[in-house]
Amino acid sequence: MDMQNFKTREKAAMAEPKIIARDVNVYYGQSQALKSIELDIAANEVTALIGPSGCGKSTFLRCINRMNDVIESCRVEGRITLEGIDIYNSGLDPVLLRARVGMVFQKPNPFPKSIYDNIAYGPRLHGIASGKDELEATVESSLRRAGLWEEVKDRLDSPGTGLSGGQQQRLCIARAIAVNPEVILMDEPCSALDPIATAKIEELIDELRENFTIVIVTHSMQQAARVSQKTAFFHLGELVEVGETDKLFTSPEDQRTQGYITGRFG
Amino acid sequence: MEQLALFFALIFLIILGYILGKGRAVALSGHAYHPLHSRLPYYGLYTAIWCGLPSLLLMAGWMAFEPAIAEAIVSSKLSASNQNLTSDQITLYVNDVINLASGGIISREVNNDLQAATDSYIFFRQISYFAMAVVAISLSLGGLFSSLKSISPDLRARNKVEKIISVVMMACSTIAILTTVGIVFSLIFETLRFFNKVPLTEFLFGLHWSPQTALRTDQVGGSGSFGAVPLFAGTMLITFISMVVAVPVGLMSAIYMSEYAGKKFRAFAKPLLEILAGIPTVVYGFFAALTVAPFFRNSGEFFGLDVSSESALAAGMVMGIMIIPFISSLSDDVMNSVPQSLRDASYAMGATKSETITKVILPAALPGIVGAVLLAMSRAIGETMIVVMAAGLAANLTANPLEAVTTVTVQIVTLLVGDQEFDSAKTLAAFALGLLLFIVTLAMNIVALKVVRKYREKYD
Ligand SMILES: Nc1ncnc2c1ncn2[C@@H]1O[C@H](COP(=O)(O)OP(=O)(O)OP(=O)(O)O)[C@@H](O)[C@H]1O
Ligand SMILES: [Mg+2]
Repeated sequence: MDMQNFKTREKAAMAEPKIIARDVNVYYGQSQALKSIELDIAANEVTALIGPSGCGKSTFLRCINRMNDVIESCRVEGRITLEGIDIYNSGLDPVLLRARVGMVFQKPNPFPKSIYDNIAYGPRLHGIASGKDELEATVESSLRRAGLWEEVKDRLDSPGTGLSGGQQQRLCIARAIAVNPEVILMDEPCSALDPIATAKIEELIDELRENFTIVIVTHSMQQAARVSQKTAFFHLGELVEVGETDKLFTSPEDQRTQGYITGRFG
Repeated sequence: MEQLALFFALIFLIILGYILGKGRAVALSGHAYHPLHSRLPYYGLYTAIWCGLPSLLLMAGWMAFEPAIAEAIVSSKLSASNQNLTSDQITLYVNDVINLASGGIISREVNNDLQAATDSYIFFRQISYFAMAVVAISLSLGGLFSSLKSISPDLRARNKVEKIISVVMMACSTIAILTTVGIVFSLIFETLRFFNKVPLTEFLFGLHWSPQTALRTDQVGGSGSFGAVPLFAGTMLITFISMVVAVPVGLMSAIYMSEYAGKKFRAFAKPLLEILAGIPTVVYGFFAALTVAPFFRNSGEFFGLDVSSESALAAGMVMGIMIIPFISSLSDDVMNSVPQSLRDASYAMGATKSETITKVILPAALPGIVGAVLLAMSRAIGETMIVVMAAGLAANLTANPLEAVTTVTVQIVTLLVGDQEFDSAKTLAAFALGLLLFIVTLAMNIVALKVVRKYREKYD
């Protein structure tokens, strides 16, 4: 375990970061939500974004797959690159970007369709699977990777909304990985779930790290400590501190980080 | 006039009951610590209800039955004194008495007999009115005092008030149901009389509609033929044309308004579209007859087509425009209520706007959209005015939209317009048509409900 951890870290340190954010400013109308964010996100790692409510974590997350485009009043300045390609200014189609950067939301939001159709939604859109057999295989493997296959394999035709909250969230994760993205963004994926479902999802995140780069917003510092390798602390729209999770939680450099962490732990 | 005075007196008593009841509860609650069962207004309401409800019911009952009773008394007196009158003559005489009493025009000389009968009639009505008023007021006062007396800290006023209110609401819904049942039964009854004159098979399968029957036996008139098929075919044809116009246009504009248009445009366009629904159908009717139909005729001539001056096409088109707002406004509401989280999910999967609309929003909104379309369709089927003016009265059995056709509702109107013998086959045919139309729309609604339920995609 230690050895492998060491290896991935070394690999990450050597390799170019997957996502690089430079001088990112975000405005909602007149008010500024993010101030000059500079952040590197390494490949095949879990990066946790923590911070008090309203500090801009979700806003930053939505910058990475350009979901902020949907919000009329929102304006993004600065540079965010995905594997060296500027996602805002290089003419990259947001549709293609979102196929590479998947997202899981705070509240499970399966489509009101069958479980099968939920998973097949992305592959059908992007023409990933050719033919029915391949699509079925994609659906099965996505559900397996999300750890949901055993629970739903006999009821693929029943509506996804009929699952439990935790199952729905795993369904959403399966839906996101069905198009085989490189990055998965998760905005408080466990906040609506009970401890057991949360544990399952955390386990899943740890497994997914092998193949995907994961950015997760969480309010639970224990969760950040459990699942992430890097942690970034946001405060009032600023990125205060970012570093190895172990280090950030044991010996934070900034006063504000310390205050937040200790305040939370009582 | 007097009724109005009584009514206001009762209202006054009710308000008084409320104030007194509440006041008594206030007095009871006092300063001592002994909590009342319910909050104060409930005691007021409790008293007010006992003060008002019984006497209002009595008043309503009196208004419903008293005229009939008075009439019965007059006619029974008359038949007792004049054994040789037929029942028709008695009815006429009683009518005269009532008209004379209210100062109306009557059909005979006013003689002593008639005057006496009228006087006694007026006298009876006054007596019965005063008796009713006295009983109502004393009921009211009795209710007031007994309920005031029963107010105590332990009186479960809230429960009682709520019980009474639920009973009142149940009575109201019962009225609605009974009315429907009554209408249906009278339709069925008259329809059965119609089928005594005209065989059911002719009505259902006959291909020829010409309801002109001889009014008198010495007239040379058609015996009338009552095949309803051309009417239903006409209805379906016009409805179909109107749906072809309205569904795509309405749906597209709904999609535009809910998904593409900015907030400002929407706030301005939606009410405007809804105004379209408020235009009286007569206005659409002459628009259809004076503008659209001639236009089709002229352009038909241009292409060498023979378009009649009243055509199903013109009526259907205008009707389609009329029902656009039903479809667009309702569908727009339904699509708006599809949660944002589903849109987000779709966009996050890399779907474009149009993909999101066709693959997520429309399926989720489908039940509502089907409902909107059905509502529009029932409007189209029941529409009369436009068809009278633009499609004509000729019961042609044709699928050609360029010819004149007629619809069920139009025929019902023409059957009942003008002087008619009430029990002629011609008049009764209207009831049969009405019943059949009712059955058709009912069946349509049931099927639609089934469809909607089957394809409903649930979301929370
Ligand atoms: N759609 C929006 N329109 C206007 N302002 C917004 C919008 N979304 C977020 N904001 C503002 O931007 C700031 C950052 O919001 P954001 O949702 O990113 O916070 P967060 O860190 O995710 O908070 P939480 O932990 O509560 O989810 C807040 O001040 C918020 O009010
Ligand atoms: Mg958030």
